[in-house]
Amino acid sequence: MSAPEKFSIETEKLNLWYDDFQALMNVSVKMKDGLITGLIGPSGCGKTTLLRCFNRVNERYGNVTTTGQIKILGKNIYDPDVSLPEMRKAVGMVFQRPNPLPISVYENIMFGLRIHSERASLKKSAADEIVEKSLTEVFLWDDLKDKLKKKATALQLEQQQKLCIARLLPLKPQVILMDEPCSSLDAESTRAIEEMMLNLAGRYTMVIVTHNMAQARRVSDECLFMLMGEVIEHSRTQSLFLTPRDSRTADYIEGRYG
Amino acid sequence: MSLRHRLDTVTEPIIERIIQLCGISAIVFVFGIFFFVFREGSDLLFRGFDLVEFLTSPQWYPDSVGHKRYGALALIAGTTSVTLLAMAIAVPFGLGAAIFISEFCSPKLRETFKIVIELLAAIPSVVWGFIGLTLMNELIITLFDAPIGLTVLNGGVILALMSVPVIVSIGEDSLKAVPDSYREAAEALGATRWQIIYRVLLPAAKNGLLAAVLLGIARGIGETMAVLMATGHAVKIPHSVLDSVRTLTATIAAELGEAPVHSDHYQVLFLIGVLLFTISFFINLAADLIIKGIGRK
Repeated sequence: MSAPEKFSIETEKLNLWYDDFQALMNVSVKMKDGLITGLIGPSGCGKTTLLRCFNRVNERYGNVTTTGQIKILGKNIYDPDVSLPEMRKAVGMVFQRPNPLPISVYENIMFGLRIHSERASLKKSAADEIVEKSLTEVFLWDDLKDKLKKKATALQLEQQQKLCIARLLPLKPQVILMDEPCSSLDAESTRAIEEMMLNLAGRYTMVIVTHNMAQARRVSDECLFMLMGEVIEHSRTQSLFLTPRDSRTADYIEGRYG
Repeated sequence: MSLRHRLDTVTEPIIERIIQLCGISAIVFVFGIFFFVFREGSDLLFRGFDLVEFLTSPQWYPDSVGHKRYGALALIAGTTSVTLLAMAIAVPFGLGAAIFISEFCSPKLRETFKIVIELLAAIPSVVWGFIGLTLMNELIITLFDAPIGLTVLNGGVILALMSVPVIVSIGEDSLKAVPDSYREAAEALGATRWQIIYRVLLPAAKNGLLAAVLLGIARGIGETMAVLMATGHAVKIPHSVLDSVRTLTATIAAELGEAPVHSDHYQVLFLIGVLLFTISFFINLAADLIIKGIGRK
């Protein structure tokens, strides 16, 4: 007997339109707690849109209409009583291009805590500890411990992207969303980021959008194949790649289109 | 070789040369103006003019028969007081408007605002002076029960209205130049709109915003006609915003026509010109260096 499975993210009949273009159609998925779920599919299939729904950051464009439900940790994030800042604290996001803020490495890590807590409640020693811990988690502490005052935008791209992940950690998120986090990095850096993701796996539920099939196989526990705004297939990564149930999935992973 | 081609080889260098001349001419004019203004005033300096008195004495009696005195301190105080008051009003309003237009407006509203603000910049300064002389004058007299409404307050408000467009348009440009990815990053971390503005945008755009303020100040110091009409034309050091003053620029405008050419008075007025030129040169230089981000290194 195994314990009943826990789901961090559940969507139900999720539809989304940009003006009158429908980008998501009836998406109902359940993502397991503590796993890395990969979102794959050809360009324009809606995988990034789906990811951006999970912390509602897609709403900043203003022309978005959504219907259906997204439950994160059991709570529908479209309920009117949901506080966006609180929800985004629990659901962190990493973007395609590293986007550290134009302040020091140290302040980048502390940014989340500073906006979410009272001005005077952060002690210097506690802050130092948090910065060290967060940077250690992403294997950046040894490289950067002498450069904490350096401007984050002056770092190498790989370090910037790791920093973008590290700055989520002080907020103790339950879910980390990653939108093609390695697409602007070289092979060596990609390997380093993947290694870091595997280090974080288990403690955080992670969702990663990727164009890189091999990467999806390497890092994800489960995979979700999308096409034209619909979820075609969702299963264990191994079985999705070895024995896909849908012919469209098979065609995609064999590289016949996309 | 076709005729067209041969013609091109002749005309290209000529056009290039003409454009080059246009570029150089700007520099030539600036130095030419400085040279001319300095030459007109410098003669006095070589004849033992007391520069210390000029900068520290409030006694401005260029027309006195027995004892002419040329102390510009009251005029400097006039310019300073009007400009400071103007900036105290224009900087918060201008930066606030810049933030509103760049961060809170719908694109359509933004275009409307920009057009209106550019229109504000296009109003001739004499019209502003006219408003100061009539509307503001009466308003100040009724509101503060003052004997006269042509005061530091009047000039400061008028000058503030004239500097706001400069501050808004340069400030808005520098906020727009902040990459959207910074806003997105902060928003995804749960920052509220206000937190994004003061924790991310203002630090990221601070050079541009500072430059906007400095150029606003330069605009204020250089303005002549409007302050001449609105500040009451009294050469004295002001003790409150309800005192009348006279600025450096207004003095030149009012007196140069009556000063005999190459007299001491005439040359002192040119020295005031040199002083103004120097002040605005340094402010512009500072603004330029700040925009280029010298302060960051």
